[in-house]
Amino acid sequence: MTSASEQLFAGTSLNARDRRVEWLVRNLLGLMTALLILPVVIIMTLLVVRGGPVISWEFLTTAPVDGMTAGGIFPALVGTVWLVAVALVASVPVGVAAAVYLSEYAPDNWLTRAINLAIINLAGVPSIVHALFGVGAFVLFFRFGTSILAASLTLAVMTLPVVIVSTREALQAVPRAFREACWNMGATRWQTIRRIVLPNAVSGILTGVILEVSRTSGETAPIMFTGAAFFLPFLPQGVLDQTMAMSLHLFVIATQVPDAPDALPFGVALVLISMVLAMNALSIGFRVYVRGRKKW
Amino acid sequence: MAESVAVSAPPAIATRGLNLWYGDFQALFEVNLDIRQGIITSLIGPSGCGKSTLLRSCNRMTERLGYVRTTGSIEILGQDIYAPEVELVQVRKQVGMVFQRPNPLPLSIRDNISFGHRLHARGQRVSRSGREELVEEALRKVLLWDTVKDRLDALATELSLEEQQKLCIARLLPVKPAVLLMDEPCSALDPKGTEAVEELIRELRGEFTILIVTHNMAQARRTSEETVFMLIGKVIEHGPTDDVFLNPQHRQTADYIEGRYG
Repeated sequence: MTSASEQLFAGTSLNARDRRVEWLVRNLLGLMTALLILPVVIIMTLLVVRGGPVISWEFLTTAPVDGMTAGGIFPALVGTVWLVAVALVASVPVGVAAAVYLSEYAPDNWLTRAINLAIINLAGVPSIVHALFGVGAFVLFFRFGTSILAASLTLAVMTLPVVIVSTREALQAVPRAFREACWNMGATRWQTIRRIVLPNAVSGILTGVILEVSRTSGETAPIMFTGAAFFLPFLPQGVLDQTMAMSLHLFVIATQVPDAPDALPFGVALVLISMVLAMNALSIGFRVYVRGRKKW
Repeated sequence: MAESVAVSAPPAIATRGLNLWYGDFQALFEVNLDIRQGIITSLIGPSGCGKSTLLRSCNRMTERLGYVRTTGSIEILGQDIYAPEVELVQVRKQVGMVFQRPNPLPLSIRDNISFGHRLHARGQRVSRSGREELVEEALRKVLLWDTVKDRLDALATELSLEEQQKLCIARLLPVKPAVLLMDEPCSALDPKGTEAVEELIRELRGEFTILIVTHNMAQARRTSEETVFMLIGKVIEHGPTDDVFLNPQHRQTADYIEGRYG
């Protein structure tokens, strides 16, 4: 009996080869993953080690001085918050409304498919092209001048596809059965959307919005011609003012201010990336929280 | 008494020359069918024969898909539901549907039941106790009240599948439909759940006209008074259930019932 079962399950030379290939593939894929993580680790380490010493309460709360070779980053920090906030106010209502239309109302025909394709393409347009569009449309045509308004609208146009796509995904993650249940009790489309679809998609929509915030806060090209200033020691008073911004400030002190101490750009970059990471962490945390209390 | 109703009242559902296409694919061919009021009729036939499509046409659930085209007419209680002046919402109120997979809304048991009523009672003031009564009445009717009365605020999605399906039936009742369409209502349930839901369906007989699609021929025999057999988009046979099963008039019906194809 024993010998029979040994024969039954004994390996062949082919098995050994399969095992070697398996080992190779697994390790190769693992290596690629490691390569992917490596740059992130190096960047973060470099930023913390070299930029860390610059960070202080004063750095965060005072304006740059001495031709931007010393002092803090306060106007840039505030400026980025302005830019992101105004961009959100402009893009979220439009993006969410468009996504609701595309997901819940639009018939499935060539026009809808063309619109969806256009949205995906819009997401692929280089940010410098958006910047030039912003100059032409908002700065010149609408006469907003170089201002927070023009810069934020440019950012809004650029991030609109992200909002639309993430909202649409959130809406489509709500099971179709819920909609059918509502329709069968005689609910209109809007009643269905308002009472069932949106409440169950809101977490996904917010996740998309937070991701948009983190992306918007790091953009440089779209704002440098439309509203972000090289150096402004005071804070913007309204949306028609120019402002400093973190991303442009980093670009400026790294390339245009030769006298700036080496650690300074690292410090600015560290603050910027911390803002972005904090936003992403918030978004992930939110998603985990919501998934935990998911109702179906 | 039941006889006199059947003679004088118009059929609950009457289709005339009903054709339906999904794009280029024709799913229903010249369907002429009269479903009598107040009884349970089952719709049987092999997969893809158009029975679910026919069912869904009866409250216009098919037209959510943009590429569906329908010709002919469907009259519910004597009125053409595809007529231009018809308000879709009113059709859905009269003709409720129960799905294959229970689909309670991700709300509490109580809110699931009062959902439909809230939609349609806008402008009217409904007292809390009035609404409570409504919930109790609906849950009692589906034989669910005793099991859930102490946890009306629990999520409906946490109930067992059998309870969920009963809830999905109960949820339609406050809207006061005349016709209940059921698309394989027991196929997601275990035998015990199936038995319980079948019992409920028989319980609702008389008060509602029930049209039920089923793959389960034993279920059709147990629950329904009349049976419609469909094949490739056409109605082959329609008659009292016992006649269809014991004395089918068409060879295709006999072959299907005997399990030669399915």
